[in-house]
Amino acid sequence: MIEILSYPFMQRALIAALLTGLIAPAIGTYVVQRRLSLLGDGLGHVALAGVGLALLTGAAPIPIAVVTCVAGAVVVEILRQRGKATGDVGLAILFYGGLAAGVFLSGISGVGAGGLAQYLFGSLTTVTPSDLRLIAILAIVILVTTLGLAPQLYAVSTDEEFARTQGLRVRLYNIAVVSLAAVTVALAMRTVGLLLVSALMVVPVAAARNLVRGFTAGLWCAIGIGVATAVGGAAASFWVDAAPGAFIVLLAIGVFILSWPISYLLRRRYAAAVLPEPVDDDELVSPHTVTENHPHRHARGCGHPAVQHGDHTDFIHEGHRHAAHADHYDEH
Amino acid sequence: MLRGVSLSVRAGEAVALMGGNGSGKSTLVCTLLGLLPHRRGAINLFGSPLRDFRDWSRIGYVPQRSLAPLGGSKVKEVVAAGRLARRRPFRPLSPADRDAIENAVALVGLSDRLNADIAGLSGGQQQRVLVARALAGEPDLLVLDEPTSGVDLEHQRVLAEVLAGLLAAGTGVLVVLHEVGPLASLIDRAVVLSDGRVVYDGPLGDLGQHHRGVSGHHHDHAQQGDDNHDRRKDTLMGGAIEP
Repeated sequence: MIEILSYPFMQRALIAALLTGLIAPAIGTYVVQRRLSLLGDGLGHVALAGVGLALLTGAAPIPIAVVTCVAGAVVVEILRQRGKATGDVGLAILFYGGLAAGVFLSGISGVGAGGLAQYLFGSLTTVTPSDLRLIAILAIVILVTTLGLAPQLYAVSTDEEFARTQGLRVRLYNIAVVSLAAVTVALAMRTVGLLLVSALMVVPVAAARNLVRGFTAGLWCAIGIGVATAVGGAAASFWVDAAPGAFIVLLAIGVFILSWPISYLLRRRYAAAVLPEPVDDDELVSPHTVTENHPHRHARGCGHPAVQHGDHTDFIHEGHRHAAHADHYDEH
Repeated sequence: MLRGVSLSVRAGEAVALMGGNGSGKSTLVCTLLGLLPHRRGAINLFGSPLRDFRDWSRIGYVPQRSLAPLGGSKVKEVVAAGRLARRRPFRPLSPADRDAIENAVALVGLSDRLNADIAGLSGGQQQRVLVARALAGEPDLLVLDEPTSGVDLEHQRVLAEVLAGLLAAGTGVLVVLHEVGPLASLIDRAVVLSDGRVVYDGPLGDLGQHHRGVSGHHHDHAQQGDDNHDRRKDTLMGGAIEP
C-alpha cells in the first residue's frame, strides 16, 4: 500500500484524485438540487473541444479546457434563463458540437481520436506538476464558494422565486454554479475523465441523501463519499492496469447501492417516530380533498408506510396521507 | 394578463386578493414582487419604485406550496433561507439569526420539528414551515399566496392566529385566497379579480352578493391600539398596472 506513494507521479495522481473527490460532490450538490444532473456530462463534451485545441496548438490541455468549458456553461445558462433552452435542442447542438470539434481538432493535429481516450476516462501517469498547481488553486476557489456561499446557493437552487424576494442576485448565483461545475469537469479530466466526471458529481450526492437527513449534512456526507471513492479508485487503478475513472465511478455506485437498504431502515424508524396516530376530533372535519391523478395502487407492503387513521388505513406518500375512497385517493 | 389593476397595502392592514382560477391573483402577486415583468404601470414597495427597491428584508413571501425541490431539507434549513436578506455572503449565522429562526418556527408551533425532514411533514405543517421562513426575516409586509388551500382547518386556525398577532403589531398582510374561511375576521379589505381586472375593492362584508363562497363579517380594527395609528397610514405596497 505504501509503495505507491514512493512514485512521484502517483503522489500527484492521488492528490489530484483527492481534490477532485472534494470538489465534484461539493458543486454537484447544487447541480443535482437544480435538477441538472446531466449537465456535467454535456460539459465534458464541450471540454473536449478545448482538449482538441490544446493538442493542435501544443499547449497544456487543462487550462484551455477550463476556458472552453466555462464559456459553454455560461452560454447554456444564459439560454436557459432566457427560456430558449426548451426542448434541449440548443444544448444538444452545443454539446455534440463540442465533441465533434474535439475529435476533428485532434485529428488534424495528428493525434487522432484514439489519443482522446486518456482524457475521457482519466490517466494517472499524465498529471504534471503544473496541472496539480492549477487543480489545487481552482479547487480552493470552488470549495470556498460552495461552502462559504452554501446558504445563498441552497436558496437559489431550491426555490428561485423565494431567493429573489430575499434580494439575492439569482442569475449571478446560477451562472456561478454552472461555471464552477464546468471548471470541475475540466479539472477532472486527469483523474475521473471527462466522460465519467458527471458521475462523481451526482452519485455521491444521491448516496448521501439516502444516508443522512438535511441539506448541510448531505453536502458533507457527499464530499466524504467523493474523497473516499476518488482516492480509492485511483489507488486501485495502480494495481490493475485500467483507467482510474472506471474504478472511481464503480466504487461510488457501489456506495450508492449499499446506501439503499440503509436508507430503507432509517426511513422506517423515522416514519414510526414522527408520525403519531392522528387525533380524532369531531370538531375538525377535514375537507374532502381528492388526490391529483394517482396511478399508483397503495396496499400493505407497497413501499409507502401505512398508518391507521380511525376506521381506515392511510398511506404516507411524499408527506401526504393517501386514503382510498371509491375510485380515487383522498388527502387526509 | 393584468389590465387596469390598482392595489395598495398599508401597515397593519390585511388585504385579501380573491377571484376564481385563472383570474390573475398569483400573477398579480408575482408582478408586485418583481418575479414577473410588467409592461406598463408603476409598482412601489415601501415608497421606492420596484426597480430601485433593495430593502428585501422588509418583505416576507409565502409562495404557493410546492415542496418537491425542498424535500430532503431540514425544517430549520428551509426557515434559515428567510434570513438571507439580512445576511452578508461568507458570514455564518449570527446569534440574532438563530433566535429569529427559532422564534419563527415557534410562532407556527413547530419547535419540536426543527430537525425533521420537511418531506415527512403533513401538508399543513409544510405550509406553516413556509410561513415561518417568511417570518424569519422579521418583515413589515407579509405576502401569502393561497396559504389555506389543501390545508385542514386546524392549520388554518394556527395561520389565523399568527396573522392576527402580526397585524396587531403593525405588519401589513396581502393574502391570495380562494375562500376566506377562518381568516374572514382578519381581513380589512377584499380585492376581487376577474379575468385580470379588479371587479370589487372594499370591505369583505359587502362582498357576499358579489362572490360565491365568501362568508364572514367586517371586523372593526379601530380598537387595536392607537400607538400603531401613525404607522398604519404608511403605504407598504402600491401597484398600478395600466390598461
